[in-house]
Amino acid sequence: MVATSTQDLGIHLENFTDFQRQAAGRNLPWLRKIREDGFARFAEVGFPTTRDEDWRFTSVAPIARTQFRLPGKALVHLPPAELKSWQIEGSAARLVFVNGRYAPELSRADAVPKGVAVTSLREQIEGHSDQLSKQLARYAQVERDAFVALNTAFLEDGAYVHVKRGVVVEAPIHLLFVNSVDHLALMVHPRNLLVFDDQSQATVVEEYASLGAGVVLSNSVTELLAGDDAHVSHYLIEREHKEAFNVSTLRIQQGRTANVASHSFLLGGGLVRNNVHPVLGGEGGECLINGLFVGSGKQHLDNYMHVEHASPHCSSRQFYNGILDDTAHGVFHGRIVVHKDAQKTDAKQTNRNLLLSDGAQIDTKPQLEIYADDVKCTHGATIGQIDENALFYLRSRGMSEAEARQLLLLAFASECAERMRPGAARIYVEELLREHLLRFREASRRSGLETGERNVEEVG
Amino acid sequence: MSLEIKNLLVNVDGHEILKGIDLVINPGEVHSIMGPNGSGKSTLAQVLARRDAYHVTEGSVAFNGKDLLEMKPEEAACEGVFLAFQYPVEIPGISNAYFLRSALNAQRKFRGEEEMDAMDFLPFFREKLKLLEMDEKLMNRSLNEGFSGGEKKRNEVLQMSILEPKLAVLDETDSGLDIDALRIVANGVNALRSPERSFLVVTHYQRLLNYIKPDFVHVLVDGRIMRSGGPELALELEDKGYGWIEQEAAAL
Repeated sequence: MVATSTQDLGIHLENFTDFQRQAAGRNLPWLRKIREDGFARFAEVGFPTTRDEDWRFTSVAPIARTQFRLPGKALVHLPPAELKSWQIEGSAARLVFVNGRYAPELSRADAVPKGVAVTSLREQIEGHSDQLSKQLARYAQVERDAFVALNTAFLEDGAYVHVKRGVVVEAPIHLLFVNSVDHLALMVHPRNLLVFDDQSQATVVEEYASLGAGVVLSNSVTELLAGDDAHVSHYLIEREHKEAFNVSTLRIQQGRTANVASHSFLLGGGLVRNNVHPVLGGEGGECLINGLFVGSGKQHLDNYMHVEHASPHCSSRQFYNGILDDTAHGVFHGRIVVHKDAQKTDAKQTNRNLLLSDGAQIDTKPQLEIYADDVKCTHGATIGQIDENALFYLRSRGMSEAEARQLLLLAFASECAERMRPGAARIYVEELLREHLLRFREASRRSGLETGERNVEEVG
Repeated sequence: MSLEIKNLLVNVDGHEILKGIDLVINPGEVHSIMGPNGSGKSTLAQVLARRDAYHVTEGSVAFNGKDLLEMKPEEAACEGVFLAFQYPVEIPGISNAYFLRSALNAQRKFRGEEEMDAMDFLPFFREKLKLLEMDEKLMNRSLNEGFSGGEKKRNEVLQMSILEPKLAVLDETDSGLDIDALRIVANGVNALRSPERSFLVVTHYQRLLNYIKPDFVHVLVDGRIMRSGGPELALELEDKGYGWIEQEAAAL
C-alpha cells in the first residue's frame, strides 16, 4: 500500500522536520536513523485502511484526516490533586507523563529495591545512550504497523524500566500517562522500554488517562523484554475520554521459561486499538494474554493479538471478554503463529462477548497459522446477552433488576480479574472495574432482552 | 402467612398450562403438589416467584392480603416468597458467600433493617452451613458453578434457611438426590418449620414426603387439581401411579 493523495502527509512531514531539529538525542546517529527509518516507513505506507486485513474492522480515517500537532516545548503543569484518582496504593514507583512528557515533580521512585532503574526514556537518551542503543527499537518493527512506524519516528520520551538479574520487585511500578488537551488536536507517542533480566520478577502498570476534552491521539509503543526465567506482569489500563484516539502496541520478547502475563483493560476512548504481540523466543516459555473491553455509546474498541510461538514447549493463553452496549463496536482479532520448530506448542484462545443492545457489534476473528506438526491449538468465541435465567434467579432472591444486572456484569468481568496475580495492581484494577461497571449505564435501563447464546467452538 | 389462589389460568407461549387452580395455604401448613410430568407443577411454582414469561390470563393470588400478581420477582421475594429452583442457575464470577449476603441485605433493606456486614454474617452463615452439612470451602466458589446436583439442591435450601421466607416453594427439590442428600435437605426444611411459615412442596415422587410430612396433598393433572387429601393420598399415588387420574382428566 502506498500513501496516496487521500492521505495528506503534509502535517506529519512538517511535524517530523521540526521534531528532528530539536528532539532529545538529535545528535546521536543511531537514534536519528531509527527515527528516520520510522518516518520513511510511515511515509511509504501511510495510515492503514480497512482494505488491510489487519484493519478490516477498524477504520482509522478519523485519525488520518485530523491535523495533529505535537505538544509544544512548554511543560504542562498539573496540580497533583488532579491525579489522585490514579493512585495505586503501595506502588514501588510512579512515573507521570503529561502529554507524553515526563513530569518529575509528579513522579516518585522511592520504593524500588536495589538493582532496579525506573526513569524516563529521555534521561536514558541523554545520559546512557550506549546501553539504550542495544535494546531500543530492536523488537517493535516499523514494517509491521504504520502506528509503530509513526511512534518510532517521534520517539523521545516514555518510561525506562530495568530490573537486574534475580531482583524481585513486589510492589507494582506505575506508569501514568495523562493527556491534558483543551483545543488543538494533539498527538503523543510514548515509547516505553521495559527490560527484565534473567530470573527477575516485577509488575508494571501502564495507564492512559485524559483531562480536558480536546482531541488527542495517544500512540504508544512498549517493548518488554523478559529474560530467561523472568516473571513479569504487565497491565494496560486505557481510560481516556471519548474524544481520544488511543493506539497502543505491546511487543513482548520472552526468553527461556520466561513467564509473562499481559492484562489489558480498555474502558475509555473513542477509537481504541490495542496490539499485543508476544514472541515466545525460548523453550518452555509461558504467556497469558488476558483482557477486558467495555464499550458504550459509539466507542470502537479493537483488540489485536498476535501470538508468535518461535520455540518448542511454550504455552500461550488468550482470554478476552467484551461487554458492549448502545452502538459500541468491539473487535477481537486473535492471531496465533506457530513456527516450524515450535513443536509441543500449546496455544489456547477464548473470546467471550456480552452484547447489551441490538446496536452493539462485535467482530471476532481467530487466525491460526501453524507450521509445526505436533501442536495443540484451540480457539473459541461466544456472543451472548445477559442470561435471563440468571437475572431471574438473582431477582427471586430479592435483588432489584438493576442490582442483578450489575452483579452479572461484574461477574462476567471478574473472570478476567481472577487471572491476575494477587497484589496491589489487582486490587487497583478490581476497584476500577467495579466503579466503571456500576456507572455503566446499561445496568438500570433495559428489561425484556432477548435471551440465547450463539456459540462457535472450533478446535484446530 | 396465608396464600390464596383463586381460579388461576396461566398461559406460556400461547399454551394454556394452568386451567383454573384454587388453593388456600394457611400459616404453618405444608402442602404438597404432586403430578405427572407436564402437568403444570413447575409453572405454578414459577408464577408464585413471579417469572414474567408466564402470563396469568385469569384469576388472583393473594399473599398476606396483598396482590402477588402485581409484584416483581424481587418484591415477592422481599415480601417473603422463596422458590427453591428445580434447576438452580450457575453464575461464574459471583462467589456463593457474596451472593448470599447480597440477597439477605437486599431483603433487610426492603424491610427497613440494617444491612449485615461480613463480620456479622459469618457466624450466622456457619451455623446454617452446619445444618446442611455443607463444606465452607464451597462458599468461596462461584455460585453453583461445578456443584453436583445434590450440592446445588442443598445450596437452595441453604439460601432458604438464610433468607427465612414466609412461604417456601420447593420445586422438585428431591429430584436426583440420593437418600443421604434427601435426608439432609429434608432436615434443613424441617428445621424451618414453624407455626407462621408455610411450605408448598412440588414433587413427582412420594419419597420426599416420608421426610417432610405434608398436611395436605394435591394432585395436579393437565393444569387442574384433580384430587386433594391428606398424606395418605401420596401413598395411594405411589401405589397406583398417575394413570387413573390422567384418564379422569382426559375425560373432562
